[in-house]
Amino acid sequence: MKSPRLERIAGLFVLASIGCIAYFSMGLATVSLRPSETYLVEARFANAAGLINGSQVAVAGVPIGSVTGLKLGSDFSAVVAMKLRKDFKIPSDSIASIRGHGLLGDKYVSLSPGGADDFIAPGGRITDTESAVDLESLLSRFAFGAMQNDKPEKKAAPNE
Amino acid sequence: MFVDQIGKFTLSRLEAAGRWTLFSGASLLHVRSGGALGSRLARSVFELGVRCIPVIAIVSAFAGLVLGLQGHYVLSRFGASGMLGTLVSLSLCRELGPVLAALMIAGQAGTALAAELGIQRSTEQIDAIELLDISPEGFLAGARLFASLLVFPSLTALFVIVGVAGGWLSGCVLLPQDPDAYWAAVHSALRGRDVFECLLKAAVFGLLTTSLCAYQGFNAHRSGEAGARAVGIATVRGIVLSSIAILAADYLITAALL
Repeated sequence: MKSPRLERIAGLFVLASIGCIAYFSMGLATVSLRPSETYLVEARFANAAGLINGSQVAVAGVPIGSVTGLKLGSDFSAVVAMKLRKDFKIPSDSIASIRGHGLLGDKYVSLSPGGADDFIAPGGRITDTESAVDLESLLSRFAFGAMQNDKPEKKAAPNE
Repeated sequence: MFVDQIGKFTLSRLEAAGRWTLFSGASLLHVRSGGALGSRLARSVFELGVRCIPVIAIVSAFAGLVLGLQGHYVLSRFGASGMLGTLVSLSLCRELGPVLAALMIAGQAGTALAAELGIQRSTEQIDAIELLDISPEGFLAGARLFASLLVFPSLTALFVIVGVAGGWLSGCVLLPQDPDAYWAAVHSALRGRDVFECLLKAAVFGLLTTSLCAYQGFNAHRSGEAGARAVGIATVRGIVLSSIAILAADYLITAALL
């Protein structure tokens, strides 16, 4: 009313603030308003330790999707649901394996495409899987492996 | 005796909390009371937002600079210097941005608000507004509460942007980090969730700060002092309580969203 200058500055601030929030969410971070087209596939692992919702799914190290759900299957195996970008079709004999980014890095699902002519349909299952390499059990096998191997033999001996 | 002192104190705090809730509700409900909503909103955006831009820019630049420095120092010990962008952007976005921006706005604009309303109370202007059958809560605090919903998130976004640039300046220009790796780490670290958490925190802090400072100024006469001393007490209480509220709410929101 009295001071249109103040109102103009306030209006300018509002415009600038919308720009600020837009740059923050879409330039600095990558929030897309339109969810990208994806489809779901499942894979059954004997051990999915280290995977979480949102873990990467990558082919040849290039991320093409993410893990959307982890649940325990009827045979106590881990059923991992993943969403993949629609423009990437995965051959039906592809192998899904759980790998890690280095020793301390996050776990991710690595897909190695096979050579089959047919592709995995949305909602389908990747049958060929490799479980997470459990580094601790691997290390303990190296460190204590000799001892564990010796014990049964020593116990077995008196019985015979 | 001593026990009834505790009882009296508890009851008076309880009453104050209730009065604050009613005050905030009334100011949001009766925001239209008294008219000239547009120019009141413009003035609130100017006071809360435009005046705080310099202090936000300076504080966020130094926050980003020191994060880049400390991050480089710590991460290079682990050979993980490539994570500098992740460290700077996530800590700014999820914690430092919303909290520091809200504390700075509380210091700059919240105190001014508490003092202004305190003086209006002590010079009986608020009683005059009430006699005109205008809701003083809505007329004086309503527009400011709505303005804070816009101002706090946008100044927080500015804080994060300038802070990330500050981290780039200290990490990649003053220290030998690779700028491409820094920006790639920033882009891949910030997800939609982080942005949502950041802006939600900012909006909640905005409502808390503005309503607490306005409440303290509005009720300056209840502090037991009169005139200038009451205004001083109201201002101090406003900034202290909103700082506590910001940090407490920060913990609660983080715990709820994690």
